[in-house]
Amino acid sequence: MNEMVELGKSLAEVRETFRGGRTRGVAWRKTQLRAIIKFLTDNEDQIFKALEQDLGKHPVEAYRDEVGVVKKSANLALNCVEKWMAPKKGHIPLLFFPSKGEVLPEPFGVVLIFASWNFPISLSLDPLIGAISAGNTVVLKPSELAPACSSFLASALPSYLDPKAIKVIEGGTDIAEQLLQEKWDKIFFTGSPQVGRIVMSAAARHLTPVTLELGGKCPTILDSLSGSSDMEVAVKRIAGAKWGACSGQACIATDYVLVERKNAYILVDLLKKIIQRFYGENLKNLKNLSKIVSKHHFDRVRKLLEDPIVAASIVHGGSVDEENLTIEPTILLDPPLDAEIMTEEIFGPLLPIISLDNIQESIEVINSRPKPLAIYAFTKNEAFKKQILTQTSSGSVTFNDVMVHFVCDTLPFGGVGQSGFGRYHGKYSFDAFSNEKAILQRSFLIELEARYPPWNDFKMQFLRLAYSFNYIGLVLLYLGLKRTSR
Amino acid sequence: MELEYGNKEVFDAETASAMMKELRDAFGNGKTKSFEWRVSQLESLLKIANNHEKEIIDALCSDLSKPELESFVHEIALMKSSCKLALQELKHWMTPQKVKTPITTFPSSAEIVSEPLGVVLVISAWNYPFLLSLEPVIGAITAGNAVVLKPSEVAPATSSLLAKFLGEYMDSSAVKVVEGAVPETSVLLEQKWDKIFYTGNGRVGRIVAAAAAKHLTPLVLELGGKSPVVVDSDVNLMVAARRIIVGKWGCNNGQACIAPDYIITTKDYVPKLVDALKLELEKFYGMDPLNSEDLSRIVNSNHFARLKKLLDDDKVSGKIVHGGQMDEGILKIAPTILLDVPEDSLIMNEEIFGPLLPILTVDKVEASFGMINSRDKPLAAYLFSNKKKLKEEFVKTVSAGGLAVNDTSLHVAVSTLPFGGVGESGMGAYHGKFSFDAFSHKKAVLYRSFAGDAPARYPPYTPAKLRFLKALLNGDILGIIRALFG
Repeated sequence: MNEMVELGKSLAEVRETFRGGRTRGVAWRKTQLRAIIKFLTDNEDQIFKALEQDLGKHPVEAYRDEVGVVKKSANLALNCVEKWMAPKKGHIPLLFFPSKGEVLPEPFGVVLIFASWNFPISLSLDPLIGAISAGNTVVLKPSELAPACSSFLASALPSYLDPKAIKVIEGGTDIAEQLLQEKWDKIFFTGSPQVGRIVMSAAARHLTPVTLELGGKCPTILDSLSGSSDMEVAVKRIAGAKWGACSGQACIATDYVLVERKNAYILVDLLKKIIQRFYGENLKNLKNLSKIVSKHHFDRVRKLLEDPIVAASIVHGGSVDEENLTIEPTILLDPPLDAEIMTEEIFGPLLPIISLDNIQESIEVINSRPKPLAIYAFTKNEAFKKQILTQTSSGSVTFNDVMVHFVCDTLPFGGVGQSGFGRYHGKYSFDAFSNEKAILQRSFLIELEARYPPWNDFKMQFLRLAYSFNYIGLVLLYLGLKRTSR
Repeated sequence: MELEYGNKEVFDAETASAMMKELRDAFGNGKTKSFEWRVSQLESLLKIANNHEKEIIDALCSDLSKPELESFVHEIALMKSSCKLALQELKHWMTPQKVKTPITTFPSSAEIVSEPLGVVLVISAWNYPFLLSLEPVIGAITAGNAVVLKPSEVAPATSSLLAKFLGEYMDSSAVKVVEGAVPETSVLLEQKWDKIFYTGNGRVGRIVAAAAAKHLTPLVLELGGKSPVVVDSDVNLMVAARRIIVGKWGCNNGQACIAPDYIITTKDYVPKLVDALKLELEKFYGMDPLNSEDLSRIVNSNHFARLKKLLDDDKVSGKIVHGGQMDEGILKIAPTILLDVPEDSLIMNEEIFGPLLPILTVDKVEASFGMINSRDKPLAAYLFSNKKKLKEEFVKTVSAGGLAVNDTSLHVAVSTLPFGGVGESGMGAYHGKFSFDAFSHKKAVLYRSFAGDAPARYPPYTPAKLRFLKALLNGDILGIIRALFG
């Protein structure tokens, strides 16, 4: 009950702050953005510690995927927010002369951000940067599955950011449910499709627009590559995008690989070597690898291997350490396509390899599943690239690499179909939290009589010509040189 | 085999399922994605408008007693304009947009590819039944989708005209019309769509949003609200009055989502404003407006009763300063102006959507902005003023889908401005290229090469790699060089 009262007070405060208008000025926005950068710089060690505690993340991974990403976003927003806030001119047809048209972005108001647990810092702060640069007040709910990060954000952010405009509310499902009862001007959700539906249903009651950053099974197509060094680079990148990204617990991690049968064994061999080099020989001496976030997810991932046919397809790894919530990098070769490991998003360190007669078949395999957040394809065949682009649908496509589009700020980051809708990163973050208001400025000079009743044939003819932007015809009509059509 | 889904067959879950399969097959085989198909469909739509102008005008007359000129200008001409613009720009819109890539993904190139979402549903409204059906359908087709149109049953003549002509002229395996009312709409909403575009009111908007949430279907909701007009005292009164009149009564007799709903002006100025409105109203519609052919009727007896009820309150009917005449037999209500109705009356708390125009007065015109912002965000807001500061303040502080200064409703005809609402007035936008975008997925594509593989990406993680990553993510060129060369 106390919690609810606190929640109510927090909400009232951020609403009041938005109404008061201070978040709309560019100065306030820049102050907050600078404060985020300072927060990251001042607290880098504590952040690394919290990530290590929650997920066993190595500091380099933590910097690369969390701290560095957020700093980059904050810096970009700081440099560009004024430009982004400026109205965009809209060309107005001569018919409406003299007129001025423009589109002016304005904040939605009070926004709610739900962050996920796998990148608990960047998935909290990146959307927050978007919301702030667009001039909104924010309630941020970090994931309770990453408790160290959640409590660190809750305790440290208020001393850096405007505490009456940006609030961090901790808690689990019950707090989330309460938050969803309220009326928000925008909700930004990162998480699973199942919870995405719950969020969207709640938003529907208030006609609240939402951005849903969900997941899916991101496939990686590995075509035949002529050079052995290219093959090695490709496999390194695939390995890095599986186990190097929070141990496979990333929405854009490689979920499974599609390869031609003749290349399957080379791939498995190379992967084994790389795993050894990057992560260690066996479960006893694993390094540079995050752990599974919770017992629940550990059990979920382990269960994917329980099916005897699936277990039989393991060609490397498969061992688990329940005490330390660790699962070693595991490779499977051709598990059944209808097994759970091939129908559910894995979100863990298991890598199925599906071998095909012809690499072209990968398109069919991909299209038989819901649209993923990302598709990766290693190929030098330009025709095949075109085929992939036009015959599949996904949030994004990256050729000859994995996951790096995440740091390409000029590209929108978001899903389609079951992987979500809406997008962010770079200016798209600003746009995600803005209402684009259309403005038409007219003058009292120059009246178009034909706009007004009483109606007659002349006005009809005038408007017919006007709609075709037939200016010459209009002049002729006015000069009495054009006959009315009836 | 062509299946007919008109009133001739019961449209139930089974029929809907079969229809969806047909549409998914049509989309799946790729034809709607081709430039040629889109062009052919747009040309067919133009043919309908050109060949059947009379029938369309007759249907609109039957459904709404819409004056011929309004039918032409507001429905047929706008629809033809959109078609022509789409045909002109389609190639350009379909071309992938190249984007710059930042140093973090060097070397790389990137682009954003527009692709259709798949099979989409357009639910239309009754007040502009031709335009509000076909304008979104144009967007859907231009973007390469298969589409089902559900016209409003409250405009039955237009609904069956659309079913007939789209059936005759369009590719019916990919473009379908489903006629019907609540039962048919409910069946449609149970299906899994790739996008739903709804025009109508907030109550049904919520039902549509809840149904969409079950399938994570993205939405455009074009709703309504109370669009206010603020009238300052230093304007060209005659022109302002005419523009208000034509935006209110000249737009389907006030039954338009962007029609001025109510006016706010100063106590000092209101007598002049009322006089000007009365004068111009008489010029436009004569002494007997109930029988003027230049005014639409109220669409049906339900809405007539609804509007009558707004005047039932003594505290409201006593404030009529002009008009008030009604004829239930011909479903006509004369242009009616009310002065200073109580702010808590029904007429001031519901979207009027009819020919009643309340005027509220304030001491100073600046107070009107706060009044507007204390209500739900409308689809449009208007200001008549010559004062630069007031205009700036209006644009900055009044939140609505779109604003027009010194005019009403015209912004709907400017295809370079996005048309949509915010908050209770809706989400998403369309018109012009915004229609194409509304029905597209903007797929991010990143092209990487095998060269330039930074070891810093991979374990084992070292302090040197951390330094490199910091410099890279900060875009710090010197730092990168230093990190690379120790």
